[in-house]
Amino acid sequence: MKHAKTATQNACKLCNPLGACLAFRGIEKCVPFLHGSQGCATYIRRYLISHYKEPIDIASSNFNEETAVFGGSHNLKLGLKNVTQQYMPEVIGIATTCLSETIGDDVKGILREYMKESISRTGEPILIHASTPSYQGSHIDGFHAAVRAAVETLAEKGAPHNLVNLFPNMVSPADLRYLQEILDDFNLPSMILPDYSKTLDGGPWAEYHRIPPGGTPAAAIATSGSAIGSIEFGSTLEAAKSAAGWLESKFGVPRYHLPLPIGIRESDRFFGLLEAISQKPRPEKYDDERRRLVDAYSDGHKYVFDKTAIVYGEEDLVISMTAFLQEIGIRPVLCASGGKSGLMRKKLEALVPDLDGEGIKVRDGVDFADIEDEAALLRPDFLIGNSKGYTMSRKSGIPLIRIGFPIHDRFGGQRHHHLGYRGTLELFDRIVNTVIETRQDDSEIGYTYM
Amino acid sequence: MEQIGILEGREKQIFEKKDGGQAFDISCETTSLSGSVSQRACVFCGSRVVLYPVADALHLVHGPIGCAAYTWDIRGAVSSGPELHRLSFSTDLREMDVIYGGEKKLYASLIELIEKFSPKAAFIYSTCIIGLIGDDIDAVCRKVAKETGIPVLPVHSEGFKGTKKDGYKAACTALMKLVGTGPIEDISPYSINILGEFNLAGEAWIIRKYYEEMGIEVVSTMTGDGRVGAVRRAHGATLNVVQCSGSMTSLAKDMEVKYGIPYIRVSYFGIEDMSAALYDVAKHFPDRPEIMEKAKEIVSREVRELYPQLQKFKAALTGKKAAIYVGGAFKTFSLIKALRSVGMSVVLAGSQTGNKEDYLALKEMCDEGTVIVDDSNPVELSKFILEKEADLLIGGVKERPIAFKLGVGFCDHNHERKIPLAGFEGMYNFILEVYQSVMSPVWQFAPRKGGSL
Repeated sequence: MKHAKTATQNACKLCNPLGACLAFRGIEKCVPFLHGSQGCATYIRRYLISHYKEPIDIASSNFNEETAVFGGSHNLKLGLKNVTQQYMPEVIGIATTCLSETIGDDVKGILREYMKESISRTGEPILIHASTPSYQGSHIDGFHAAVRAAVETLAEKGAPHNLVNLFPNMVSPADLRYLQEILDDFNLPSMILPDYSKTLDGGPWAEYHRIPPGGTPAAAIATSGSAIGSIEFGSTLEAAKSAAGWLESKFGVPRYHLPLPIGIRESDRFFGLLEAISQKPRPEKYDDERRRLVDAYSDGHKYVFDKTAIVYGEEDLVISMTAFLQEIGIRPVLCASGGKSGLMRKKLEALVPDLDGEGIKVRDGVDFADIEDEAALLRPDFLIGNSKGYTMSRKSGIPLIRIGFPIHDRFGGQRHHHLGYRGTLELFDRIVNTVIETRQDDSEIGYTYM
Repeated sequence: MEQIGILEGREKQIFEKKDGGQAFDISCETTSLSGSVSQRACVFCGSRVVLYPVADALHLVHGPIGCAAYTWDIRGAVSSGPELHRLSFSTDLREMDVIYGGEKKLYASLIELIEKFSPKAAFIYSTCIIGLIGDDIDAVCRKVAKETGIPVLPVHSEGFKGTKKDGYKAACTALMKLVGTGPIEDISPYSINILGEFNLAGEAWIIRKYYEEMGIEVVSTMTGDGRVGAVRRAHGATLNVVQCSGSMTSLAKDMEVKYGIPYIRVSYFGIEDMSAALYDVAKHFPDRPEIMEKAKEIVSREVRELYPQLQKFKAALTGKKAAIYVGGAFKTFSLIKALRSVGMSVVLAGSQTGNKEDYLALKEMCDEGTVIVDDSNPVELSKFILEKEADLLIGGVKERPIAFKLGVGFCDHNHERKIPLAGFEGMYNFILEVYQSVMSPVWQFAPRKGGSL
């Protein structure tokens, strides 16, 4: 007997506030602050630390029963005061939880009151507030909500100047460093938000840092309103929910919306856009990167052609990975996400017009139990996604190529590249090596050269 | 270097032992201060950690997705058989459920999951918003229990309704409903339940083996490698042996009242406390002296093997300083003794949930200058690690990066450990891990140890 599935088993998503905390960690001298129970902050810290291996302090307003009955105003204000005293932040990024949203706390109002009350004090931080109820969307929505809230709070209109905003989506610290390098090489003054390339992948400390060094300065975010354009990655990220969308509607800063640039075609598109904005050809260095990538495609094509894969994770990552896999001849037999923007299929069709004809199945709003059932039927050559697919990989014997977040069962997930020619090459190497390793292990001869 | 201050409202939860004489009135067992970045979790977490290892039960988290997602297969609590506990189930409440109530979804989820997995019982965890939207989960549980014929137990663990300790209590309340419902006719009078042992990395198996070798029947371990059937028979045991006192003492007390089963507190960490845990149980059965004989034999055998192995570590570790920050204070006692046995001293001893009695005992056993702290936070922990020049931090995942950033060794003594640290062999593993972290050559590059920035 088969009924419609009600419960979620082994979720392929995380909750809204996690994404917001991650984004806030990418603002300089910012402390993420969750308005809710102590557990939310602690669980999210543990989850992020297991991937990034860096201290991640997240404050909490620490609801108790009275707070839930009478409202969180007192706790929120006390919490802000204590965080200010203990961390001396320049920014506090406040995200809500299911608890504070359900009791209907007017967080914006409370923050207004708090600022009025603290007007006589000096060194008060800027407060950014994102609404992130856990019963809506998933972690990626919280991430975008926090980025947009930061821009809404800080961006100012100024005389247009030669600045490009880049809203990169939820990518790795290594990706962020690469993006910065690219923009620098184009001589484009830039503002990347968020930028946790140092805060979540930094060096050792000679002394204690209340807040890890790095992140996008508030002053830089303020200039985003006078940029010559915003580049924003993420196929399913709509202007109405995005930072670039807001800057366009509020200050007329043009929004250049691209999928995450994975694969040659999408990377070309990104570099093409940078050439158009900067009115300069891309630096030779990237021609070389692209050449090496094309060369690698040639060298490795036979290992990967006609292989099949299941790709899962955030919708935007899945969409761009699909574009990349298509161009190397790997068929993603299932594109799956726990997210449910309602746009995944449509956006995939923009990249691969005949999904059904190509045998590409698209499912959003799924959990790992669903993906596991599909894997048993589809028997792909490999799984591509975060490390939460390991259970399924172990059970099915299908190898897992770990990308994205979280990577809890391998070392160095924060240093993986995914974007541009460099990231694509790294992904390609890893995929080819997975095929080779599987062949080598399965071979009776045990060739020592491939 | 800048001075790190202590938050107003936190001073009373910190105590530094000086010249013996001063009054000791550490404040503890309070809710965490808003904005202090406590290392604690919530009520739900307390319930979840206690019940998690029951391997043949369904664990359904009723609420939005986060609480279930963050507790999916995160502990090293292993099972010798079924592994239903390693899956994560959630009603994944969405906005409409919050508005119209989640009872229907809970009911449908339970029916479907019980049919699919045939668990021996089901635990239903309430999360924060369940308390607000007014779902009557007790009624749903009763209904499903009736229809499916298995115990369906509500766990009232709304995150904001107290501290992690209240979550322990809610879990014990649910377990207590199972205790007393199984057959006990064939249970030996020389029998115990092992409470507060979660079988991380197979630790409960190590402990169980010792007791069984002494001729004692272990009726149930709660909840490591736990089975619903064993919990149901737990009232047939003669003695409850409680480790991790914070989490399981309330169950032991309830069983004492209802079934007249006495309990003792033990710890399985370190040679001294592990030996005492065997002797204390043996003392409970004076009419059978061979139990004590056997306990002595085990201790002498194990110590004879272990002691020489520890000496090379002791030579390297003598004089090194440790900071301890763990969940319960009782474990801290054992760790202090274990570290002392290899020549290390403890400069910071703290816990998330210790009580006054615990802290008083800690004060008695600590050296001069040791800082004792309740419900601490990263800023304070860093302050004391730096001020006291610790070489090692013992804690959990959240504390680990603090140590590594500051060039200090670290030992994970929390639920995620994959190597058994309990028992005599666990003591060897523990000291080995301490040695490998403290004595690693990589610290020469840490700025605080002379490396360049």
